[in-house]
Amino acid sequence: MAAPLVLGLLVAVTVRAVLYRSSLAAFISDRVEVSSPLSAWKRVVEGLSLLDLGVSPYSGDIFHETPLIIYLFHFLIEYAELVFMITDVLTAVALYLAIQDFNKVVFKKQKLLIELDKYAPDVAELIRTPTEMHYIPLKVALFYLLNPYTVMSCVAKSTCAINNTIIAFFFLATMKGSAFLSAVFLALATYQSLYPLTLFAPALLYLLQRQFIPVKVKSKGFWIYTTQYAALYLCSLVVIICLSFFLLSSWDFIPSVYGFILSVPDLTPNIGLFWYFFAEMFEHFSLFFVCVFQINVFFYTIPLAIKLKEHPIFFMFVQIAIISIFKSYPTVGDIALYMAFLPVWSHLYRFLRNIFILSCMLIVCSLLFPVLWHLWIYAGSANSNFYYAITLTFNVGQVSNVKSWATLGLNCG
Amino acid sequence: MERATVLGFLLLLGARGGSGQAALKPPQDSLREELLLSPLPSGDLAATFQFRTRWDSELQREGVSHYRLFPKALGQLISKYSVRELHLSLTQGFWRTWTWGQPHLQAPAGAELWVWFQDSVTDVDKSWKELSNMLSGIFCASLNFIDSTNTVIPTASFKPVGLANVTDHHLLRYAVLPREVVCTENLTPWKKLLPCSSKAGLAVLLKAERLFHSSYHSQAVHIRPICRDVSCLSISWELRQTLTVVFDTFSSGQGKKDWSLFKMFSRTLTEACPLASESKIYVDISSKDQGNKLLEVTPAPLSVHEAVVLGDRRTYAVYDLLSPALFNTSRSLNVQLKWKRPQDSADLSTPVLHAQRYVSGYGLQTGEISTLIYNTHPHRAFPVILLETVPWYLRLYIHTLTIITKGKENKPSYIHYQPAQDRRQPHLLEMLIQLPANSATKITIQFERALLKWTEYTPDPNHGFYVSPSVLSVLVPSIIAAKAVAVEESPLFTSLFPSSDGSSYFVRLYTEPLLVNLPTPDFSMPYNVICLTCTVVAVCYGSFYNLLTRTFHVEEPSRGGLAKKLANIIRKIRGVPPL
Repeated sequence: MAAPLVLGLLVAVTVRAVLYRSSLAAFISDRVEVSSPLSAWKRVVEGLSLLDLGVSPYSGDIFHETPLIIYLFHFLIEYAELVFMITDVLTAVALYLAIQDFNKVVFKKQKLLIELDKYAPDVAELIRTPTEMHYIPLKVALFYLLNPYTVMSCVAKSTCAINNTIIAFFFLATMKGSAFLSAVFLALATYQSLYPLTLFAPALLYLLQRQFIPVKVKSKGFWIYTTQYAALYLCSLVVIICLSFFLLSSWDFIPSVYGFILSVPDLTPNIGLFWYFFAEMFEHFSLFFVCVFQINVFFYTIPLAIKLKEHPIFFMFVQIAIISIFKSYPTVGDIALYMAFLPVWSHLYRFLRNIFILSCMLIVCSLLFPVLWHLWIYAGSANSNFYYAITLTFNVGQVSNVKSWATLGLNCG
Repeated sequence: MERATVLGFLLLLGARGGSGQAALKPPQDSLREELLLSPLPSGDLAATFQFRTRWDSELQREGVSHYRLFPKALGQLISKYSVRELHLSLTQGFWRTWTWGQPHLQAPAGAELWVWFQDSVTDVDKSWKELSNMLSGIFCASLNFIDSTNTVIPTASFKPVGLANVTDHHLLRYAVLPREVVCTENLTPWKKLLPCSSKAGLAVLLKAERLFHSSYHSQAVHIRPICRDVSCLSISWELRQTLTVVFDTFSSGQGKKDWSLFKMFSRTLTEACPLASESKIYVDISSKDQGNKLLEVTPAPLSVHEAVVLGDRRTYAVYDLLSPALFNTSRSLNVQLKWKRPQDSADLSTPVLHAQRYVSGYGLQTGEISTLIYNTHPHRAFPVILLETVPWYLRLYIHTLTIITKGKENKPSYIHYQPAQDRRQPHLLEMLIQLPANSATKITIQFERALLKWTEYTPDPNHGFYVSPSVLSVLVPSIIAAKAVAVEESPLFTSLFPSSDGSSYFVRLYTEPLLVNLPTPDFSMPYNVICLTCTVVAVCYGSFYNLLTRTFHVEEPSRGGLAKKLANIIRKIRGVPPL
């Protein structure tokens, strides 16, 4: 099993190395679909040169990365390309190992339920065999590595790749059952981009399931474990934030990073829904709609937690998908992460009703993004509405996609 | 010993008594007015008016209520806002340094205001805001648009030109409004501040329909404190009102290169301002070749003045309006200039320093600002301070700043960069760059264009957005050293900037303002966008709501009620199978 994975890694690294040396690298770095004001590499370089000039990177509105990135790239700026290739490799390996564990768990549960005769007779075709589940981890790793979105994200050196790596490690730690590591990586992920806060619920549910603690409000064991996990998470978050304070001896990074993510002041076009909405918003309602849109990301957690408490990993997948679609500055790198999980539920594939239309929608929209951008910004023959329309279509496609998989997962799970 | 102290004490009392009587007398003020006519190398003519009121009073300390020559509006402004120095200019057009030569006093296109406050001011931003609003009212200019998004605090560029013992740059504010236009509405209140208004003296020549029919029109007000006398124990306030206008050979001159006061201003001079202590006209008649004169001036000047101005030896014909001999032959004075021979290359001199700036790049996403600075001095290198103010919606990337001189990189010895904050503060970049002799330096920096909210665009968004001109402050080494002359004796145009020695002169150059297009959203779409985006969000919400709250349970087929029985009867009559 390791050999095909290593082969896949080599192919992925070669593709990226070739693209780095080609002229496409500059073109891809400039694309707004791939780099957002939060994750653009140009801004990281700008922040570091501001630091060299003696000015705090957070004194202007260019740099919105966390101090962790300053720490990391202060020493590694020369090897940036290598760093991003390694992060992609690490993400793929983490996902591979995590899905391997997940398969074991699923298979054990299935065996138990078969012995207990819980399955109806006509569900025989849904029972999964070890042979067909053997290649799923490899498929997940390759889905992530060879996804054009991931490749473009890596070539553009978008720091979204680092976010994905941290989430992948968090996933691996959760699958392995280590509450401490899971809490630490979740704290890092929240510190990096705030929205992974919602992944607290699925991680908690999975760890409870693994410890065989029933999820009942009255159960004491449930509350003890929850408080332990929450305490670990909050403490690691506080420690990381305090460490960031000591880098520049100021709390300036908090409004610059988290204030920026939450209040969306920068209206640079991207593949999300926020930019044009707030560009055309009446000033009076601006604050109201910012709050509505931010709440929209967070509030699916509780209903999904109630409904999907038996299937926490599926819950995590749906949650990551919702974050990728509705976060304030989405990029294709975020989408690549949830798409990597799709092979895990590939046995449900044939029940998807409109898979063809949805995949066509996504592919066509991805191809039309650069075309309509060029027509608006360079040729001047289109206007912003064209790009906005493709944004809308792309997001509708994504939402329908997630909804179809969610339906299947809930019903067949 | 005791007797000496008692004597000293008595003398002191006596002196006090004397000065007490002197305090009852109102402070002295004097007016000097001057017009400088300089023919430019390209055949155009530049006319610079200067009206200088000097008031021997310390405004802040003595409670002043009696204003004579010094305008009350400005005097009250200075005392109320504790202003140390004030410089306001309103300009239309651009001074072409390459064709017209070095300017005496250049101003950027639009409105420029820079003020040094006294160190007693606690809230400088509040005073700045109120001051700009007051000036907006006095000069009928839209200076009320000056706010934090176009105000900067330069650290090295705008040092005080008057007396100053405090140079904490946090007391300085600088703002430029490049979009501001100048018209008769601004000229009228400016003329009203003059002691003789436009009724007597040189100010009668200031007719709006001739002044605005020109290539360059700049009117300015400069207020600064100066030493009252050589010992500099007390200060006087100096108000200079300058107006520079460049008349074009083709539009004003109708193609002929001969100039006269009547041709330029459609008026002639009949008398000096009665309130002025000095009223003179200087005509620049310098020529490189002394034997073969370039220009002929009529009527013949009564005296000639020689001085080293802007590093060059120049000769001026002087007409003193206060001397009785001037109006002996005719009642009105119409100075006429005739070219005796066409200019040749020996007469044209290149300015030692000139600069230009432009935007390059294509598309509405990124761009690049390039500034070219030329040092044409044959063997002297000198440093220049460059100040750039860029609005926040053009996001500068300082790591792309490159300075190249003669093909090699030129590192600035001082850089001060303050990045912009969205909707609050513009970018400020100040650099001290060494310019080698006979070189061209290119400074480039890349930027990204932001998409603004639809309410932040001007009514004509496709016109573009203005970037204020950049400022170059330089001490240019003179080719010919100037002798130090007392300020009161020399012409006004030689004492604009204080000079420490004659080996260099101070010049402040401005580059062109830039016009940059930003990507625009569709302004007709707010309702549509809100509806469509909310629809997409609602599609997601609705799907998930449906998914999560829908429960499946098996339903027994119902036997049917009365309605079904009735329907079956009707169907039997029709001959259709029953439900």
